[in-house]
Order: sequence, then C-alpha cells, then structure tokens
Amino acid sequence: MKQSVRYLLDLIIVLTQKELKVRYKNNVLGYLWSVANPLAFAFVFYIAFKTIMKIQMENFALFLIAGLFPWQWFANSISSTPTIFLSNASIIKKVNFPKNIIPLTIVLQDMIHFILSIPVIMLFMGIYHKPIGLIWFIGIPILLIIQFMITYGIALAVSSINLFFRDLERLITILVTLILYFTPIFYPETMLPAKFAPYLKLNPLAPLIVSWRNLFLKNELDVTYLMISFGYGLLFLTLGYLIYRKLYWKFAEVL
Amino acid sequence: MIEPVIIFRNVSKSYPQYHQITGGFKNFIFHFPKSMRAFKSTRYESLKDISFEVRKGECFGIIGRNGAGKSTTLGLMAGVLRPTAGEVIVKNRVSPLLELGAGFNIELTGRENIYLNGVLMGMTRREVAKKEKEIIEFSELGEFIDQPIRTYSLGMVTRLGFSVVACLNPELLLIDEILSVGDMQFQEKCLYKMLDFKQKGVTMVLVSHSIVDIESICDRVMWIENHQIKMIGITEPVAKSYFVT
Repeated sequence: MKQSVRYLLDLIIVLTQKELKVRYKNNVLGYLWSVANPLAFAFVFYIAFKTIMKIQMENFALFLIAGLFPWQWFANSISSTPTIFLSNASIIKKVNFPKNIIPLTIVLQDMIHFILSIPVIMLFMGIYHKPIGLIWFIGIPILLIIQFMITYGIALAVSSINLFFRDLERLITILVTLILYFTPIFYPETMLPAKFAPYLKLNPLAPLIVSWRNLFLKNELDVTYLMISFGYGLLFLTLGYLIYRKLYWKFAEVL
Repeated sequence: MIEPVIIFRNVSKSYPQYHQITGGFKNFIFHFPKSMRAFKSTRYESLKDISFEVRKGECFGIIGRNGAGKSTTLGLMAGVLRPTAGEVIVKNRVSPLLELGAGFNIELTGRENIYLNGVLMGMTRREVAKKEKEIIEFSELGEFIDQPIRTYSLGMVTRLGFSVVACLNPELLLIDEILSVGDMQFQEKCLYKMLDFKQKGVTMVLVSHSIVDIESICDRVMWIENHQIKMIGITEPVAKSYFVT
C-alpha cells in the first residue's frame, strides 16, 4: 500500500471534512455552536463566582474565557475519543488504512474550532480595552502544537484501550470533570494555598491552560511552564503511540 | 508459471474470546483470576493451516458453509486481520475493500462518499477526481448523487459501492456476496464489468453462496470446510462436489 505524504494528507482532509459535515450540516451554524458552548459555560461561572460568591477579580469574564476556550478543545476531543473506533467500526473492519488517523481527525477538528474561536477572545479584549501583543504570533502556534501533542497522545491511548475495556468511557467522563476543577480555569493559580501550589504542575493541563491565559491576558510566555507542558506533550504522545501500536492490529478482531 | 499475487503459507487464525474483557474494567478486575484464565485458554479457531496461491489475473472463488472461515480469509487478504501463524503476502498497491460501500457515511452525499471511499482505499483525492464523472455515470444515480445516501435504497447504495470499486482501476478485487443485491439489470451490468476486468487481467477473489455466479466467472475455486481446505482446483469439479453435499 502506497503511503506517501500526499495520500496521508488527503486521508486526513477527507476524514476531517466528513466529521465536520456530519456534525454540522450547516457550516456557519456549526461555528456558532462551537463558540456558544464555552460562552454559556463562562456565563454560568461568571454568575456563580462573580455575582453570587463575589470573587475579587478584575475582568473576570475575559479571565474565564481565556481559560475555558482552550479547555473546551481538550475536553471535547477527549470526551468523544473513547467511542470513536466503535462508531467507525465498518471502516476498520473492511478497509486497511492507518487507523490512528481517526482520532487525529477528531483532535484536529476541535483544534480548528478553537482557532476559529480566538477572534471571540480578541473581541472581549477589545471590550475590556486590553492590548493584543505581537507575542501572540509566536505564542499561539507553540501552544497549539503542545496542546495538540497532549490531546492527541491521550486520545490515541483512550480510543485504543476503550475497544478492549469498554467502560473506560465512563471513567473518562469522571476524569475530565475532575481535571476541569483541578485546573486553574475559574481561579487564578495564585489563589492556590501555598501547600498545594507545588502539586499544580502534576496536573498535565494546568501549565498549559495557565500559559494560554497569560498569553491572552498579559501577553506573556513563561518558559518554565512551556517546557513542562512540552514535556507532558512528548510523554503522552509517546505513550499513546506505543499503546496504539501494541493494539491496532487487533481492532478488527474485537469490533 | 504466472506470478502469484496472493500467497497464503500455512496460515492459521484464531481469535481470543474478547467478550471476556469487553465487559469492562469493572468486570475484569472483580473477576480477575477467572477472566484471565478464561481469556488465555479459550480461543476460537477460524482457519487451520491453510496454504494456497491466487495468480495474477485469475478469478478465484471461495465457497463453503457459514462460519467455515471464508470471511476470515478475505479479511486476511484485505490486511484487516493478521494471521496467528503462517504468512500472508498480498502484492498490491490499492488496498482492497472487503465490502462494497465499506465506510460509506449515510449523512454524506453520494459524491462525498465517492471521495471518502476512494481515499480510504489508498488513492489520492486527485486520482479520485479524475474518475468522479465515470463513477457517477456508471452508478446511474443521476441527480441522487448530491443527496445524502441515507435517502438511498439498499440497491442504490450497493450500486454506488460497486461503481466506485469498478471505476478505480483495481488490480485486485475482493468481492463478498455482491451480486445478491440490486435489480437484475444492474446485476447483469456488474457481471459484465467483472468479465471485462477479467480480460484486462484484474485479479478477483469472489466469495459467494451462489454456485451459479461462481461458475459463470471463476477460473478456480477453493472450498473451505471446518476451517480447512476441503478442495481446491478448477471450477467445475469443485463446484460439482460442493453441490452434491
């Protein structure tokens, strides 16, 4: 089987298009949905923390959005991957092609949605009279790559293992919710009590989300956080790929 | 001697009983020793020590009862399955489809599915684009081609599936029971196309329960029974003995 770069690229394009078309039959509305979800989330948390619990923070709405948008990419991808091979069973059982492309298209698709939602963040920056720095042009691509590595690595592992242990899906739902609250999205990392602060870096998502937010709000890129996130990216990508490689040829048997 | 395109050397295939673990982590952990023992000891044997060759340009039929191992054989040829023991060699560029319309998505239009299908088989988008018109014409779907295929009838889906395969200049065709769907006219058209392929030197492997179909196009036939080769050779004698049992 010929596996030139051109062919793999075409496969990714066609499968991503398929996902996009199947999920949203109308592309414009589809875009609105992908922004509506994190915005609604932000709205709820704004009411809860700002209006009701009176958290002392400036620009809290912008603060929430800057963390929630990248989080949404991660959460959406990871929540939909467990069943992704199951829902593509007919292809996997009938055609021989690189199957790791399937989770890849999911992660790419959610990444595209996130990129398309960056203008919304910029809009909020405008509302709050915050400047947009040139560092965005370096920071966004770097963080995109890092988050892609982390997300795709986990997606590969989860989608492969879920075929063999099908209740992993439920575990993932719980884990995603847990990580959401353990990641500084609704609160700044500086609010963490001193004795817990060192453990923050154990959460693979924390340095990444904090980096996104600092980039958006403060036009800052912290090298330490970047290095840690990149380390997590490499780790998950390697692990995910190894797990996939060990299991992929059994997919057609178990489906 | 014409070179073989598909070679099976002492191929065996057995499956573990996956249902022991697909019950999930919870099940697996609570019944760990039992699950593990069960998982390791029970295997389902689908093919036992099979060796044969399919030569270039030949039409090769596979017959046998349900559960004899025909589908496993096709799966091994398509590269979807790996043998437990032995060796399977398939010399072919485009990866064959195991089923017409495999990977079709019902929400996409016929045209979009042509691309999806073609790319999955190992072609680039440009290669598919060159054939697009021919495929649509062959399928006789007319304006339905831009409708989502969930609106199609089963026969129409099969027609589209066969058209994609037929027009992409395959070197190897794996066909699992196709001629049973579609109207008589289209069945005839398929049969005609397959005879055309035969003249062009396309290798075909055909799995069918219909002895008539097998007899009308196949050069050689393999009869699988109880996961082993019962008989293999030119069509007529094999088909006759199969018919007698």
